[in-house]
Amino acid sequence: MAVEFRKDLFADERDDSFDQIGQPRVRQDIEGHVTGRSPFFDDHLFDGLLHVRCVRSPHHHARIRSIDASDAERMEGVVRLIWPRDIPRNMNTLLSLINFGRDDEPLLAERKTAYVGEPVLAVIATSVQAAQRAVAAVRVDWEVLPHVLDVEEALTPDAPVVNDEYPNNTFDYHDRYDHQKLRFGDPEAALARADHVVEGTYQMSPIEQAPVETCGAIAAPETNNRIVCYTSTQALFFSIGVTGKLLEIPSSRLHFIGGTVGGGFGGKVDSHHEPIAVLASLLTGKPVKYMWDRAEEMQAGAPRSGERWRIKDGVMNDGRIVARIFTGFFDAGAYTRLTSYGVQKCTGHLPGPYTIPNVASNIFCVYTNRTPSTAMRGFGITGVDFAIECHMDKVAERVGMDPIELRILNAYRDGDMKAHRRLAKNCALIESCQVVAQKADWRLSPDAMAQSSLAGGGTDWRAAIPETVTDDEGKIGERRRSGLAPDPFAGTGQRGRVAAGTFSDHPATGNAPQRDDMIAEASRLGFKVDTGAPSAPMPQAERPVAPPAPPPAAPPPPTAPHGSQGAPTLPSAYSEAPPAPTPTVTPPAPPPAPASTAPEPEPYRPEQPFQRGVKRPGVSRFISGSRRR
Amino acid sequence: MSKTPVTFRLNGEDAAAFADPGSNLLDFLRRAVGDLSPKYGCGQGTCGACTVLIDGEPHLSCITLAETVTGREVRTAGGLANGPILDRLQEAFIDKFAAQCGYCTPGMLMAATALLDKNANPSRQDVIDAIGGNICRCTGYEPIVDAILEASRNTRGAA
Amino acid sequence: MLRVETYPTAAEAARALGPGARFLGGGSLVMIELNYGASDIERIVRTTDPALKDIRVEAGRIHLGALVTMADVLRSRELSFLAPVAQAVGGPAVRSAASVGGNLFAPHPYGDFTVALLALDAMVQTAGGASHPLEGYLADRSGLVTSVSFAAPASNEFAFRKVRRVRPKGASVMSMACRLSRSAGQLSGVRVAYGAMAPTAVRAKAVEQALEGATLDERGIAPALARATEGLDPPTDALASAWYRKETAPVHLHRLLLGENAR
Repeated sequence: MAVEFRKDLFADERDDSFDQIGQPRVRQDIEGHVTGRSPFFDDHLFDGLLHVRCVRSPHHHARIRSIDASDAERMEGVVRLIWPRDIPRNMNTLLSLINFGRDDEPLLAERKTAYVGEPVLAVIATSVQAAQRAVAAVRVDWEVLPHVLDVEEALTPDAPVVNDEYPNNTFDYHDRYDHQKLRFGDPEAALARADHVVEGTYQMSPIEQAPVETCGAIAAPETNNRIVCYTSTQALFFSIGVTGKLLEIPSSRLHFIGGTVGGGFGGKVDSHHEPIAVLASLLTGKPVKYMWDRAEEMQAGAPRSGERWRIKDGVMNDGRIVARIFTGFFDAGAYTRLTSYGVQKCTGHLPGPYTIPNVASNIFCVYTNRTPSTAMRGFGITGVDFAIECHMDKVAERVGMDPIELRILNAYRDGDMKAHRRLAKNCALIESCQVVAQKADWRLSPDAMAQSSLAGGGTDWRAAIPETVTDDEGKIGERRRSGLAPDPFAGTGQRGRVAAGTFSDHPATGNAPQRDDMIAEASRLGFKVDTGAPSAPMPQAERPVAPPAPPPAAPPPPTAPHGSQGAPTLPSAYSEAPPAPTPTVTPPAPPPAPASTAPEPEPYRPEQPFQRGVKRPGVSRFISGSRRR
Repeated sequence: MSKTPVTFRLNGEDAAAFADPGSNLLDFLRRAVGDLSPKYGCGQGTCGACTVLIDGEPHLSCITLAETVTGREVRTAGGLANGPILDRLQEAFIDKFAAQCGYCTPGMLMAATALLDKNANPSRQDVIDAIGGNICRCTGYEPIVDAILEASRNTRGAA
Repeated sequence: MLRVETYPTAAEAARALGPGARFLGGGSLVMIELNYGASDIERIVRTTDPALKDIRVEAGRIHLGALVTMADVLRSRELSFLAPVAQAVGGPAVRSAASVGGNLFAPHPYGDFTVALLALDAMVQTAGGASHPLEGYLADRSGLVTSVSFAAPASNEFAFRKVRRVRPKGASVMSMACRLSRSAGQLSGVRVAYGAMAPTAVRAKAVEQALEGATLDERGIAPALARATEGLDPPTDALASAWYRKETAPVHLHRLLLGENAR
């Protein structure tokens, strides 16, 4: 299908010519692909290659009473077994590499399993067939436990505990809440004055990435006491870090080779093959391959999470959406892979590409006895976009409006304030709607056709951060004790009000850039720049940009004290404990020592095992390096 | 465990190697013979990444018992090029951007070779049917179909 | 460990079968088991018997050797009425391996060729010369199949339909075959068979009864459509629920009997 460029749109914002996109270009790796010589991880031959297969749980949730592998151990071709006790540090979470979340997942389960297909024992054998037969000969005495497969059932007080590290079946956000909050304006008040309240529930099943090349790794002894590892990973440095951490060996001993991936789509990030292959090679002194077969890829491979959404809109008769409240559930499965982070991405995306002055969301990363879920193509965004766009159609039907015109009416325009307190720029939804309507011979009103993303945005309320109602409902553990409903403002907890114009430095809510060199420069992105314009993204002129070295304390918010509801008001739900100091607020708990006051880190010592997080002065612990200029 | 000697023709050359009992042709070609061009994707004949030609017919090497090729002619994507000179199909795949991750490509090429060997003038539907057993999870099917049609045009032009 | 035994005749191969042994035909079923570590297989038995590759037409009866592949069927001029059936099995590379005999063993939702054979009242010949009606053979599937045979249908008597969710290759939501034999202008001795509507291919006997003596038109087939799934308990799987299969079966039966564009 021919690509059509609409260079007429936003023409004065670009000085490019679009002379590459849509043109046939020869891929640099294509010759290897068409000759069958591209070096995928399994395309490396080793004499005496050993193979690994795992004994896996057939139950959703079960305690391991005992494992009898005596027959398997004696079978022809079996070299040795890997037990959980053979793994030096048998507990990890993928995002511990950026200090996000706690270690909650063993490489091989020792006490209990929490999903079908969870590995408990690995067999190293001279052939795949021998390994498979040995796996079949291992007898595990399972004590089957009650399980939970539904995200909302998992939140109920009686639900079985899926993951001992998170006994409330929810990931902990900001060491405080069992969900990720977004609060912007006063959605309850706006709903009360709306002409219509439109509610909907939407759901998306997990999706397996299903790369044609299944996940795997080959590890082999190398010279100088190193191990070489050919891997299908999409995330080579995750894989090195995870392997170094679980096996407690310095990454300087790990020679990882990747980069030729037979399809990943997010499913080759989780780094489970490399540590097992490397450990097996260390234990046997031989080259070892651990590669999933197709059935393992589909059953035990982490998919995109399932999601459930409830959306409640306040809509005026003319189609303006004045409030939107989300309750979202992401099914993390049994352990934390990347879904906890998908929730963060999602929160930054709400309420979709629409300028809505009152928005709230509660999003839960829920543990269930299903396969752990991870990254896949737009994870965190795709599911909620499906929900939002279905809901837009429902709203259009309710107010009797053309669904495309409803979108144009509510679309972000340049300069509008988004719910996560950044200004919308380079908006193009209106133009996209207009072009789609034209292509589909869908007649739009002259007024809708006359709209533009460049016009009408950034005016008064559209550019403002409104006074925002906050709450502290859903603290960690509270829901399990009280059966609190998951929806925003569902409880009777105390409300706070944060004055208009307030934003915070909370890294998870993605406000001001942490470093000045992280501000994207429009000119570098190919946009024409108005030379007089300030490059800072925030409209508040006095917004101080965080200096390269962390300040001794967070700067006070540039706004008035909290609203007029009287003391004691509660801290903003956006603020990390401790909240930004304000004259009237007493923090509810003594603040933990902020990261910025931590002592200088030890000098870099490559012989040390991998340590959690990045701790270098002046660098956010969420950022693993500074941008090149 | 006793291995089975297998002698056959591979990409026009005599070849011989020992097969493990019950070994499939894919493992045999990759590990015992050293032709790494056919790929493992499923081990159950559903993805097509391991497609090779046996006596001109497309076969899924993962569900073919290795020793059944004794005395037969096997062709793989590794043998399509004549030294540095690429086959027309390979050229067309390059020109039409018909590979993304590249993992399904050897199987696609062999399915397409089987088609063009029999039908020099395939319709678009013929091409779609011919690669119907080959999965491209990058979902780049359209450029692949375009490339195969392009190769068929080049083949006719040269004939 | 595993051993492969190759015999020159089907009779010898049949004698070699027994506990721990599995007969390897085209490979598209047994090799999957081997690849996935079937630990109950100790011996693979195969044969190079050329008789199992025979396609013969004798006295109006068609004989297909058990190792005739779907690709062989597609190449055969006499079997052109079966081309849509063979074409419905897998992709081209599966069709060069998948055999007529093996299709009788394909697990749900596979085995579309067997559906056609059932509608053709095929007989199954096993090693040693015994002959069994296919329907009975499917109940226990014992004995090494050497060939199947059936009377060649008159032109336009046979029809086949496969419902799938992806094209060109895809497993069956359901498949249907019929042989619409007539006597004095009315349907008589009709055979209708379904695939993916039960653990194995099955005959739709209520439909066959309802078509007996009927005319092949909207009115004539209405009672048969009403009984499309009578006595059947279709499976629920990843492709379709039992409910869906039951609800849509009459629609597809209608198209099978009267043609794709019938309304």
